[in-house]
Amino acid sequence: MTASYAPIGQSVSRLPSRASRAAPLLVVAVLLFAWWGAIRLSGTHIFPGPWDVVLGTVALAREGVLARHIAASLMRVAVGYLGAVAIAVPLGIAMGWNRSLHRALNPVVQMLRPISPIAWIPLAILWFGVGNASPIFLIFLSSFFPMVVGTIAGVHAVERQYLRAAENFGITGMKLLRYVVLPGAMAQIVTGMRIGLGVAWLVVVAAEMVAIDSGLGYLIIDSRNAGNRYDLVVAAMVIIGVIGFALDLVMRRIERIDSVRWRYVR
Amino acid sequence: MSVDLAVRDVWKAYRLDQGRALAVLEGLNFSVAQHELVALVGPSGCGKTTLLDLLAGFQRPDRGSISFGGRPVERPDRRGILITQKGSVFPWMSAWRNLTFVLNGVPERDRADRVRYYLELVGLHDFVDAFPHQLSGGMLQRLELARALVVRPEVLYMDEPFGSLDALTRLRMRLEFLRIRRDEPETTVLVTHDVDEAIALADRIFVLSERPMRIIRIVEVRMEHPRSMADPRAVALKDSILHELGAIRD
Repeated sequence: MTASYAPIGQSVSRLPSRASRAAPLLVVAVLLFAWWGAIRLSGTHIFPGPWDVVLGTVALAREGVLARHIAASLMRVAVGYLGAVAIAVPLGIAMGWNRSLHRALNPVVQMLRPISPIAWIPLAILWFGVGNASPIFLIFLSSFFPMVVGTIAGVHAVERQYLRAAENFGITGMKLLRYVVLPGAMAQIVTGMRIGLGVAWLVVVAAEMVAIDSGLGYLIIDSRNAGNRYDLVVAAMVIIGVIGFALDLVMRRIERIDSVRWRYVR
Repeated sequence: MSVDLAVRDVWKAYRLDQGRALAVLEGLNFSVAQHELVALVGPSGCGKTTLLDLLAGFQRPDRGSISFGGRPVERPDRRGILITQKGSVFPWMSAWRNLTFVLNGVPERDRADRVRYYLELVGLHDFVDAFPHQLSGGMLQRLELARALVVRPEVLYMDEPFGSLDALTRLRMRLEFLRIRRDEPETTVLVTHDVDEAIALADRIFVLSERPMRIIRIVEVRMEHPRSMADPRAVALKDSILHELGAIRD
């Protein structure tokens, strides 16, 4: 029912014109053409052209290899990322809300945060071996810190007037946290989650290049090692990009929920 | 009329760096009667907002006492609701939810009736599902007022409540507020820069000095509502208040 209200006092945002909707497609077409032109001009036989990549992708899809690798990568990201959400968001809220806890934990968080997840690969293999656990751990770690930091910042950014209003109406304890602090911080929590998911998707590819035999990262390294199949290397890269883009679109939809969107429209 | 809000010898200073102190209130005394609307008019930075914070319990006085209905004010509570220019309706909740959320301890069956009554009172009955960002500035202030009234407070503290609205909406809100007050005549302390607004709404106007704040004069406004600012009594009253505030010189 909320959709029936026009935003009063704001101009209604114009729908994108046909030309502006076509612009991204045009950019992709220009890039593909430039790629094709560069291949033709250079006369290379190693680097594939766009059509070689399409044929490589179709071949992988027909053999069922592609779906298996995509599913393996997505499964690792889902487990590692959702595990990180489950711990990072409550911890971030607690650290943002409780000054003593923040003082105690923040130095450790700030010290661990800048360490590249790739640097953890040797330790991950040492601790978890060469199965799924290592990449899942790396994904967990890589998405954990942006989400903790985003959530803390979100809680700190909850405007004082809302906290004072809650105090005035006698709202305290868990009710205050659940219905005032959490929604007040939600926009930044979601931003942290978006960054976390982006990093998770970056890291899964890197993690799968080491000591594992499935996933899109493995597909890239295996295609290169097994006969310099750069058409398959680029095909895997394009697929990684497309899936990353799709995951970000999903996160953006969360930003459009009314209880999150208020932050962007005021 | 019985005394509702009593301020007795209230002192307040802020500590600055290097041991200096900024005196805001030095022995302030006044009282407000039940159902009375008192407007506080004074220069910027004279301590009006600090005074409202003290009255509503968000700050404690260094010395002196503030009591309401015979009970001392020690912390914010729903007996006295503070409404500010900045607004504090929760933007992540619909209009309806903003009101039901603050109704702690009210039985479920009474809650809906009460919320409906107050949204209707402020003219927002067609916007129950609207989120604050979908409302205009005037509608937002009315929602703010409805949320304050729904808990049936004994006193309203209003800090420049219409300050962020355009001139026309301000005038409309004054009339709306008077209409609402006919049904819900809560004791009200209104802080405003706008002398017209004080004259249009108040039973008494306290003219305040610069910091440390003291009451220069208390004016009883004996004009019937709605008050016209073209009324010679209003014009004379406005001139005298502006003189006292130093805005007009002879």
